[in-house]
Amino acid sequence: MRLIIREDYDEVSNYVANYIKERVNQFAPTAERPFVLGLPTGSSPIGTYNKLVDFCKSGELSFEHVITFNMDEYVGLPKNHPQSYHTFMWSNLFAHLNIKPENVHILDGNAPDLDEECKEFEAKIARVGGIELFLGGIGPDGHIAFNEPGSSLTSRTRVKTLAYETIIANARFFDGDIGKVPKLALTVGVATVMDAREVVVTITGAHKAIALAKCIEEGVNHMWTVSAIQMHPKGLIVCDEDSTLELHVKTVKYFKSIEHVHQALIGTENLSLQGGVKQIRPTVFNQRPMNHPYE
Amino acid sequence: MAVRPQTDTEGKIVKIINARVLLNHKLTENSYLWFKDSKIIDPQELFFQDHKEPDMVIDAENAIVAPGYLDIQINGAFGIDFADENLPVEDIARNKDVVAKGLLQFGCTSFCPTLVSSAPQVYHKVLPHLRKRLGSVENGAEILGVHIEGPFLNPEKKGAHNEEVLQCAERGMESFDDTYGPALKRDDSIAILTVAPEVKGVLECIPTLAKRGICISMGHSTASVTEAELGVRAGATCITHLFNAMPAFHHRDAGICGLLGSTTLPIPKSQKQHPIPSQSSPSPTNPDPRPFYGLICDGIHVHPNSVRIAYHSHPKGLVLVTDALSSMGLPPGCYHLGDYEVEVNAQNVAYVKGTKTLAGSNITIDRCVQNFRKFTKCSTVEAIEAATLHPAQVLGIEKTKGTLNAGSDADILFLNDDLEIQRVFVRGEEVDLKVN
Repeated sequence: MRLIIREDYDEVSNYVANYIKERVNQFAPTAERPFVLGLPTGSSPIGTYNKLVDFCKSGELSFEHVITFNMDEYVGLPKNHPQSYHTFMWSNLFAHLNIKPENVHILDGNAPDLDEECKEFEAKIARVGGIELFLGGIGPDGHIAFNEPGSSLTSRTRVKTLAYETIIANARFFDGDIGKVPKLALTVGVATVMDAREVVVTITGAHKAIALAKCIEEGVNHMWTVSAIQMHPKGLIVCDEDSTLELHVKTVKYFKSIEHVHQALIGTENLSLQGGVKQIRPTVFNQRPMNHPYE
Repeated sequence: MAVRPQTDTEGKIVKIINARVLLNHKLTENSYLWFKDSKIIDPQELFFQDHKEPDMVIDAENAIVAPGYLDIQINGAFGIDFADENLPVEDIARNKDVVAKGLLQFGCTSFCPTLVSSAPQVYHKVLPHLRKRLGSVENGAEILGVHIEGPFLNPEKKGAHNEEVLQCAERGMESFDDTYGPALKRDDSIAILTVAPEVKGVLECIPTLAKRGICISMGHSTASVTEAELGVRAGATCITHLFNAMPAFHHRDAGICGLLGSTTLPIPKSQKQHPIPSQSSPSPTNPDPRPFYGLICDGIHVHPNSVRIAYHSHPKGLVLVTDALSSMGLPPGCYHLGDYEVEVNAQNVAYVKGTKTLAGSNITIDRCVQNFRKFTKCSTVEAIEAATLHPAQVLGIEKTKGTLNAGSDADILFLNDDLEIQRVFVRGEEVDLKVN
């Protein structure tokens, strides 16, 4: 797992947006081989989405051959409700991109048969060849998508009852009235996310600090479902300084040193986008080496 | 004024990009507006349900995108006077086309042809040819219905109207029906009726007239503030050109102008045809009981300071009108308005010939909006709403006119920061501004 630590929300958003841009452009998607992207909602990705919109408007990133799958949607909320995830994705992202409407997939919380809807969603993902990169956030209770504590780590897309903590967290979008927050949602499963070829999780804010600590410093546990990322071969967490507050100092220093070593000894010319190293920079032996691992 | 070739939007889904759209009482940078088949549409539904993309994209280049202007008091233009009874019938129909088409270049996409006080035979002759009509590039601006200004007015405040045709409603509703003819009972003709509430027989008829779906506006009157309030209680919802053709505001008897300071009018039960509440409303959460008021914002009929005072006392009730007469759009000279001869001087001010009585204005609605913003230092949104949302509310048609909400008619203006007209769309069709 890679952990990239940046100063604040804006730097994290910029890093992730740039990363996605580079990944898509390197992939060079076509109609036969589209780039399949998994997308979240909430306050975490808004900065990233704004930046992606800027890239699309400036021509640096095209969504023509990008297919998207959203993580979740409330059950029972009309699609054009101001708080539905359809509305969120439209106003924050899709309205500004050159993405084709038929390439966008969001679970339908008003489907006549919710189980069928979930199964069909999984089938659609399989039909396009699986997800290349799944972007996600984390809840204060360590959940990914709406996979609340206690969700099976091998779960797939299904209906979930929201945990009390999640309902409280979402009440701010429903006039602060927890009675107005929907109690059920359709969500991709933990395994659905982890089946993606790469998983990128953004974590910002001091209120997410405990969740981050539980998910990367402790065991893989269904009470903190993001911890499943520990089993993923290509996991990337991008977080801000505040969210590292509950991590061990050693953990934080280690991951920061990795970036430092990359810069000093390896150099960006030898580094691949996903962290692969070609070779280290040629060094002259009598040159003073790095004295300290965390220099 | 930048000029664009006419774009063919028929049957297409059109997306306007890079626009500062006026929506929900604010201008949002970098936003979009979608329309199809003469109506503004909600793109979210188009995207998720219909999986459709736009057929045509129009780059607004950061222009302000606003609803088309509505002018609810305009007596004529380009040499044409709507109340001219001496014309043959074919000319009446053709004249209204000339005016309707000519108004588009000023951003006016809907209007109420206004008739000054005339003898009954004029109404009987002219009204059948001035029915409501949808707007288009071929038809010109939409005709929302006629604004009949008189003849049940107070001779003391006749302004440029011919005193000989003014009358009282001796026989109540019969007087009204006989004067205007069958058009008064149809709902495809008359939008607004200006009356003086203190004239004999008028007050009792206001409720019946209002029930017929006609907006009752008070003007050319010497009503005291009490008489004016009775008019509002009876069903009058608007004031005709505030300050003009009424006694000047007096601190002890405020007259019709005093309605702007009223706190005792009954709170309306529904929002329909009442101003939305503002900070100066009697109740901050209920519809405002004070009427709307037209204001001629040419800087001549009303001093800029007076505009500002009126605006700040009742911001959500102000409706910009031109009260333009037949000489609008023409160079200085002599023209006629109803039975009167009118002279336009070099400063573009129109007086009844040989007197100092103002005789209607030469201003266009887009200049009214620019002046209004300058006089009151209000926001761009408030200036535009005074010529779009508020007149639509007066007529109770704000679901289809006066806003850019989904479901409204696609009457769209592109304006620059000086509020000059750049492009005009009437019900989705673009107007070729080069051709007048």
